[in-house]
Amino acid sequence: MSAGSSDNLPWWATGLLLPLVNVTLALLVSALVIFAIGEDPVGALGSMLRGAVGTGEGLGYTLYYATSLIFTALAVAIAFHGGLFNIGGEGQAYIGGLGVGLVLLALPGWPWWASLPLSVLGGAAFGALWAAIPGWLQAYRGSHIVITTIMFNFIASSLMVYLMVNILIKPGQMSPESETFSASLFLPMMADMMAGIGVEMSSSPLNFSLFLALLACVGVWAFIWHTRWGFALRATGANENAALYAGIDPRRVIVVTMALSGALAGLLGVNELHGVQHRLMLNFPAGLGFTGIAVALMGRNHPAGIVPAALLFGALYQGGTELVFDYPTISRELVVVIQGVVILFAGALEHMFRPALVRLFSRRPAVAASKPAGA
Amino acid sequence: MSAALSSASPAWAVELVGIDKRFGPVQANRDVTLRFAPSSIHGLVGENGAGKSTLMSILYGFYEADAGDILVHGKQVNIRTPQDAIRLGIGMVHQHFMLVETFTVLENLLLGHEGGPVLGPAKARARAAVQALEQQFGLEVPLDALVCDLPVGVQQRVEILKALYRGAEVLILDEPTAVLSPPEVEQLFRILERLRQQGRTVLLITHKLKEIMAITDRVSVLRRGQVVAEFITAETDRQALADAMVGRKTSLSVDKAPATPGPVLLSAQNVNVTDARGVATLKDACLSVRAGEIVGIAGVAGNGQSELLEVLSGMCRFDSGTVTLKGDEIGPATKYDAADARRRGLAHVPEDRLKLAVIKEFPAHESAILGYHQDKGLSKGWRLDWKRVVAKTVSLMEQFDVRPGNPNLRTALFSGGNQQKLVMAREMDREPDILLVGQPTRGVDIGAIAFIHRQLVSLRDRGKAILLVSAELDEILALSDRILVMCDGEIVGELSAADATESRIGTMMAGIKDTPVPEAVAEGVSA
Amino acid sequence: MDIFLTLLSLLDSTVRLATPLLLAALAGFYSERAGVVDIGLEGKMLVAAFAAAATAAIHGSAWLGLGAGILASVILALLHGFACITHKGNQVVSGVALNIVALGLTAVLGNAWFEMGGRTPNLPADARFGEITLPLAEALRGVPLLGPLYFELISGHNLLVYLALAIVPLTWWIAYRTRFGLRLRAVGENPAAVDTAGISVTRLRYQAVLIAGLLCGIAGAYLSTAQGAGFQSNMTAGKGFLALAALILGKWKPVPTLFACLLFAFADALQTRLQGVALPGIGEVPVQLIEALPYLLTVLLLAGFVGKATPPKASGRPYVKDR
Repeated sequence: MSAGSSDNLPWWATGLLLPLVNVTLALLVSALVIFAIGEDPVGALGSMLRGAVGTGEGLGYTLYYATSLIFTALAVAIAFHGGLFNIGGEGQAYIGGLGVGLVLLALPGWPWWASLPLSVLGGAAFGALWAAIPGWLQAYRGSHIVITTIMFNFIASSLMVYLMVNILIKPGQMSPESETFSASLFLPMMADMMAGIGVEMSSSPLNFSLFLALLACVGVWAFIWHTRWGFALRATGANENAALYAGIDPRRVIVVTMALSGALAGLLGVNELHGVQHRLMLNFPAGLGFTGIAVALMGRNHPAGIVPAALLFGALYQGGTELVFDYPTISRELVVVIQGVVILFAGALEHMFRPALVRLFSRRPAVAASKPAGA
Repeated sequence: MSAALSSASPAWAVELVGIDKRFGPVQANRDVTLRFAPSSIHGLVGENGAGKSTLMSILYGFYEADAGDILVHGKQVNIRTPQDAIRLGIGMVHQHFMLVETFTVLENLLLGHEGGPVLGPAKARARAAVQALEQQFGLEVPLDALVCDLPVGVQQRVEILKALYRGAEVLILDEPTAVLSPPEVEQLFRILERLRQQGRTVLLITHKLKEIMAITDRVSVLRRGQVVAEFITAETDRQALADAMVGRKTSLSVDKAPATPGPVLLSAQNVNVTDARGVATLKDACLSVRAGEIVGIAGVAGNGQSELLEVLSGMCRFDSGTVTLKGDEIGPATKYDAADARRRGLAHVPEDRLKLAVIKEFPAHESAILGYHQDKGLSKGWRLDWKRVVAKTVSLMEQFDVRPGNPNLRTALFSGGNQQKLVMAREMDREPDILLVGQPTRGVDIGAIAFIHRQLVSLRDRGKAILLVSAELDEILALSDRILVMCDGEIVGELSAADATESRIGTMMAGIKDTPVPEAVAEGVSA
Repeated sequence: MDIFLTLLSLLDSTVRLATPLLLAALAGFYSERAGVVDIGLEGKMLVAAFAAAATAAIHGSAWLGLGAGILASVILALLHGFACITHKGNQVVSGVALNIVALGLTAVLGNAWFEMGGRTPNLPADARFGEITLPLAEALRGVPLLGPLYFELISGHNLLVYLALAIVPLTWWIAYRTRFGLRLRAVGENPAAVDTAGISVTRLRYQAVLIAGLLCGIAGAYLSTAQGAGFQSNMTAGKGFLALAALILGKWKPVPTLFACLLFAFADALQTRLQGVALPGIGEVPVQLIEALPYLLTVLLLAGFVGKATPPKASGRPYVKDR
């Protein structure tokens, strides 16, 4: 991923225009797919839009998905800045959730605000561990992190099934789910909090974790661009040899970066389990770990871009669920197609539109004066 | 020695007429017209960025000119790809070899010229043809050895053979002696003379004026994309060439007072390093550097100098021996990394600037704190204070005349010379007691070279110790108070500046231990 | 004798399970040796499996299915090539993106066209690749040791298995004995050398990527029309990544890669037999552990033995002419 551009587009061209172009193309492709199935693209996309933001409940769902996506996208982004492609967000979120669940099962009767720091810690620690192992393998054994994180996704899946079915299952129950956490632990729902200050809001799974997600954005931004450790992380990601020269140990940075990345992904468990499901269950990441990749790429790996991108994909997710009701032939996985196309255009084909934009901008006389110095 | 060219123009082998080439805002070649005769060696000189490599790349079909014509044997031709050039008998030996290291020499020769879709029978024919060429030009190479196992000088011969195998009449060599020791250079020159005898045209791109004087018949000087002078070599000298390259009077020497060395600040005793493949890259290295002196290490690149600098600067572990830094002993097991080195007052200007010394994607102010980002003075608590960082960068840029003076500009957009000045500014800013410098003026234009040399001498005069590694013998001779010569991972000789001559150093560089016995020296040189 | 027959049966399954891995791994070989990293083996196999099963279900012909599968895989391969070669995009990201697109697209189209929740209808026997009995297999069956070996293990596989095995020596020959192979390997080590020799780097890399598409197409078609009887949601289930791991374990050489594939397939075959069986001293091995075994094995191998294996030098980096 290029950390900078070799041309001089204004920041909003790369920050806003390019992502906009990407998502437009992705929607066009999905429109084509809908058309190929024999349905009406405009109607279908309209239905998605209505489902996402047309109702209070829909909006609540959109924001609730966006919360999880912010966590997983921040995870991908921080790893990218360290020069690593972390595809293991799904598995890290899964194991992170295990941490959240174990903590909450061990704290019956606690008030939610006392248990929150601990569940955050649990989610972060477990997620960090699940990412740090592939990180260590890359740093100290040269094992390609893309492959190991993919493997760890599969291993996490098997591990969780084993644990849920054999150990954590609530006695006397058929489906592999744990005991429900005690009611005092439940995170407050946004609808209830709003009602508390006199604002009417439809009920939805949107909960307190949203604030955590936004806090995480600020924290990640400050860490990466305003601390010495963030500098070390970016330096390692840009040029490992130069980092070594600068007295930074790239291997340690890689492990720590992956741990931080996994920790962020693990916080998805706080939203899903502490905030909504209130018990441990299977497959609660529901693909949001992978979607995080698309969100991060669209958001250009910066928290300021990730928040709107997360909102967009949350809307797509929610819209996709609604879509199935109006258009039964179009399955939910259409959103997955959109996701993949976004990753393709935002990630692999990001240079495709840049030249056109550069041409567009270089015709303006007031363009930035940073010309290359004399050769 | 020099081919006498009559005024009535002979049939030129190659002509470039009115060549223009631009890359974005940069005009690399401007209305260049050059003519090259058969049976001649023609030199092409110029500073970095003068346009020599671009011009030759156009001739070789790597790039296409925006305007102008190319004529081969008087006929206008279109060279759009290297294949066109090869077909017209133009071959190129690049500065960075275009060889597949995991292939054998024969396979490399075959690549692109296989003689058929199946390799078997073609290989045998090729072998015979190549052996004939070897004889004709005195270019022996082991055909079945893997390229990665061959020394650099032999790899270059493979490159030349490759071009000849494809029927090159015109051979372009881009900075061929950058990686050769003096005896290897001699061997190369002999091969070039054979080529000339056999009617070939050799185009020699180099910035080494001594070589131009030694081997070429004619020389053309480029500056800022244009041809500014042409000389018949026998009728000119190095000073005239240097002046033409820069456009003003230059000085090829450095003013410096004699050194007054103080205590030993840095020393190495019997340091050994083996690489990942088990090859010993540094063997029993012993040296010492005193305060107030410049110790220069001469030697062709790749003879252990890089490993030496990496060990001393903390970037690389060593297997045995001791490094003593201001009295503190550092053994193979001692924790010593680049950060430790800096804390103890050692600074390092690396040989490979873009790979190590800066991060080209980062803005200049971030490159300017590389290695010093942990400084308390740059942070406010946990926050990196960017205001202070930028202020520091501006100050560094002013001190060392880095242009443009924009701390927010991406490092990659600065020229090589300005990047190097920024790196030097950064490393010297902390007034290090010991400065390690590798190839300080590689890729740097002549104006900046003088500035950098003055800075190094000034640092020395402030009582600091400097260890200088350079492949440019002139630089070593001009700056050093003491000279060490490295060859094959060992320090093979030491000379004081007063005793040092090029031939003595050259002999040592070639691996012949420096003894006062005249026969041994004579034997080595004529090999 | 019982053990011998069990072993034979195990090996028989191994060969069957190894075939898609082998085809995908060889696809990866061509691509990676040319310097184009291919994480998208999984996606190509998946679309091929779907296309093959869908076509076979509709037209009743396994061969048409194979053709459709290859076509689908090649299209994806060309997209990957377009992104990585022509547009110099990040090769890993492109592969991941195409995998995700493949996953979504097969689900959406499967559901829309067949309305069976994402899978295709069961294929009748004549729309699949059937077992081929090699000559004299029946006759030699009675011969002790060699007879059952020939009958069970060597004979009785479908055409695509034999094809896959034949492609191994073919690949070796192409890579090391032909002009194309020489150039292919060169462009993965030093594309600049190839370029200056006057050979088109782009063309070579596209050819490699196309071959990868072809082989993944066969692999995918095998899954749904030879090994299985139709497409199921996400039926590749990580096989594309296992194939990549096998390629790495095989140090990017055809014959060692074959053995790596056989190893993984053996573990997989073992897995189905160990389910519910109590091993002496250990007790019953959890199903999930056995399921995770190939992935654990891959990680262990990547960490231990293959940790420092050297890929083709130019692998993963788009070729940009230096100034």
